[in-house]
Amino acid sequence: MFPTPVQKAAPWVRHAYTIILPIALIVWLLPLIGVAITSIRPSGDLAAGNYFGMPSRFAGFENYTAVFRDSPIGWYILNSFKVTIPTVIGAVGLACLSGFALAVYKFRANLVVFFLFVAGNFIPFQILMVPVRDMTLKAGLYDSISGLVLFHVAFQTGFCTLFMRNFIKSLPFALIESARVEGVSEWRIFRYIVLPLMRPAIAALSVLVFTFIWNDYFWATVLVQGQHAMPVTAGLYSLNGQWIAAWHLVSAGSIVAAMPPVLMFFLMQKHFIAGLTLGATKG
Amino acid sequence: MSSTVSATSSYWKRNQQRLAPWLFLAPGMIMFSIYVIIPIFESIWISFYDWDGLGAKTWIGMANYVELLDDEAFYTSLKNNILWLVLYLLAVPAGLAVALFLNQTVAGIRLYKSLFFFPFVISQVVVGLIFTWFYAPDFGLLSALIKAVSGQSIAILADERYVTLGIIAAGLWPQIAYCMILYLTGLNNINPEQVEAARMDGAKGWSLLWNIILPQLGPATFIAVVVTVIGALRSFDLVSIMTDGGPYGSSRVLSFYMYEQALSEYGYRMGYGAAIAVVLFMIMMVFITLFIVRMLMQERHA
Repeated sequence: MFPTPVQKAAPWVRHAYTIILPIALIVWLLPLIGVAITSIRPSGDLAAGNYFGMPSRFAGFENYTAVFRDSPIGWYILNSFKVTIPTVIGAVGLACLSGFALAVYKFRANLVVFFLFVAGNFIPFQILMVPVRDMTLKAGLYDSISGLVLFHVAFQTGFCTLFMRNFIKSLPFALIESARVEGVSEWRIFRYIVLPLMRPAIAALSVLVFTFIWNDYFWATVLVQGQHAMPVTAGLYSLNGQWIAAWHLVSAGSIVAAMPPVLMFFLMQKHFIAGLTLGATKG
Repeated sequence: MSSTVSATSSYWKRNQQRLAPWLFLAPGMIMFSIYVIIPIFESIWISFYDWDGLGAKTWIGMANYVELLDDEAFYTSLKNNILWLVLYLLAVPAGLAVALFLNQTVAGIRLYKSLFFFPFVISQVVVGLIFTWFYAPDFGLLSALIKAVSGQSIAILADERYVTLGIIAAGLWPQIAYCMILYLTGLNNINPEQVEAARMDGAKGWSLLWNIILPQLGPATFIAVVVTVIGALRSFDLVSIMTDGGPYGSSRVLSFYMYEQALSEYGYRMGYGAAIAVVLFMIMMVFITLFIVRMLMQERHA
């Protein structure tokens, strides 16, 4: 193990470590802690200049109620779910198919297609903005949930295919070979042999894509204009414009917007990290 | 009738292996081509036109690019993008440092690791708002600290000298967390025998890290560099949230300037915006090529 475990180090190192660890965490999360505390501050505190001290009383309920009652943030959150969930299903589903094709079959264009997906996934996606916006407008999907979903599905397919292809490559190929000898059709091999083995990859990708799409801001501003289809990232930004200097509301709104991916992360931590670090160990 | 059915079915039987990959690929490839591959070329094509997004396009050849050469705002954005790229890469060594710090087995370390990773899970919009508050003059936590230490108050986001640095620092926060998690996984998979053998030979500290550990962390470093370079060149959210490009356009980056030109209230200049995007794309192409060459070499190796 590297670095040397503190258990083997001198006692003072061990003690120092246990003291420094929580301090480091607090410093690291200081901006976040500040926002969390601000979100439960009564507005009077801010007016009185009490920005850092203890809140004079707990005003969490009224702040969070105010955010939900006086702003459409609940609606924005709902929109985010409407964008995110179909995207996860669509992108992961398409990637299962294309990842299978690229991992299992040997054909001449295989690597070319694979690297097309990989390269497309690396590009600064701003280069797609003008044509995609134009296309979405012409298809009558501008300012709609489905316009956003279609783009996200397509773009995420690149990353998901890379992921799925590498995952399927690591499965035992003999399984597929022997099924072929038995005369099992290609579709059934995919459906009944490979797909069940892909469950961990599907879980990991779903959590990851959920977070990516939930947190997307750029496309939400490019493809959506009105409130009715706006996801919470863009919504929060426009609310920030209305709540000038009402930092207790901005903070509460930020916490609300951040909550779903955070919960997702803590509930599915194992899958999340497995997804994010695929390739960080081998290859 | 029955003969045609059997003919098609036997054609299918004979060629199933050859056709199957394309059938499996078709849905994904069609979507990806429509929304990603073709628009890249469309953007390049649009960059040779003068177009407001609605009316007719006028072919103007290289005029958009020639205009870029004399555009002060373009150089500011380009300079900021390079600054982003260089400073953002600090997330890689910083992430390694945090990972080394946390790679212990004391009680509760798992929770510590997840909490350190926390900033990455949060949307950049929220990160931007958090840091705007953190930097706010008069009552921001950081401004208060600076004031306590130096006696001066600095409005980071309103000062042309510091604004880009301030935004990059906000971006580093989640990016360091990302690199950290990559390295933690890498460290977890290090060959313990090699480390022990090197220790027997008297290697420790820096030389152990440099000669034994880092080479084994190669794949983690590669991915950390890739995602950091991509992140730096795509940076848009934080600039838009924290400063909207200001003050006086001094914190613009290419992606933001492109958005401003193409879709701002000052008029839609799609062609000019596309030209800026093409420049950004060309910069990225250099890196994409390097990444792909490396991945291709690994494929050959495997």
